[in-house]
Amino acid sequence: MSPLGPLLLATLLFCVGVYGIIARRNAVLVLMSVELMLNAVNINLVAFQNLVWVGEEAVSGQMFALFIIAVAAAEVGVGLAIIFNMFRNRASVNVDDVDLMRW
Amino acid sequence: MTGYDVVFVLVGLVTAGAAMLTVTSKNLVHAALHLAVTLAGIAGVFLVLHADFLALVQLIVYVGAVTVLFLFGLMLTRAPIGREALDSQNRGLGLAVAGGLFVTLSALIVMAYGGAERVTPQRVATEDIGISIFRDWVLPFEVLSMLLLAALIGAIVLARREAGDSGEAQDQTIIDFGDAPRDEQGGPGATPAGAGGAAELGSGDTTTSAGERR
Repeated sequence: MSPLGPLLLATLLFCVGVYGIIARRNAVLVLMSVELMLNAVNINLVAFQNLVWVGEEAVSGQMFALFIIAVAAAEVGVGLAIIFNMFRNRASVNVDDVDLMRW
Repeated sequence: MTGYDVVFVLVGLVTAGAAMLTVTSKNLVHAALHLAVTLAGIAGVFLVLHADFLALVQLIVYVGAVTVLFLFGLMLTRAPIGREALDSQNRGLGLAVAGGLFVTLSALIVMAYGGAERVTPQRVATEDIGISIFRDWVLPFEVLSMLLLAALIGAIVLARREAGDSGEAQDQTIIDFGDAPRDEQGGPGATPAGAGGAAELGSGDTTTSAGERR
């Protein structure tokens, strides 16, 4: 199996995540797009581990993917807490409405 | 075209389609469910790549926990449904940036790995992953546990109500530009501080907390 397929799939998922971050207005949907991008990176790491650098001693690719999964879970928790706070204060979860600290 | 390739193409098509539906869906709950399908598809990709342990972790953490968390977030924030309410004005910009990035990156990847030889995915035993965690990656592992603890405490502190739920009136500033419930007070000093002012403050506080609890 060639590493080209997983790498292209990861690229597609990453770009879909970029589109979601730019185009979505709801903060929860923006967070979902961030998750998509993180998962794309995970696919890349596992593909490089298992297809390109086969038999590396410290299982670096899968370790990085595991750490990314854990950090992403923490990020979702804190991000949703921030979104709840924002909804409580502004009665809205639109990222356009939160411009108090802009410029 | 080996069996790996066939299975990978099928799983990859499902994953890519579900990802696109995630960012274009008009219904918030549908978007979250499509995200669950995408994450499960990524677990399938891990299985095809023979990363069994990672596939199971992906299923447990993402499909099991993160999706439920997202659904809770969507239901607690009661966002409106519909493309105009969900998407901002710069969809064209997003399409251009994402499309340009995809073309550039995939051209680079095809240039770099187009001629890579086909190998059978190498299975890494879960035992080796465990040994590697506690031999090569001990320090990052412990730092990660501290990060998880900090995120836990931070999420609780952020999502908790402000102090003063216990009944006593608290002067809190509510910045509302939307239709949040606001205290209908004339302003500072409009009413003399007395029993009436305290009652008004108390009633305003109850409406605020009722609005929060909706």
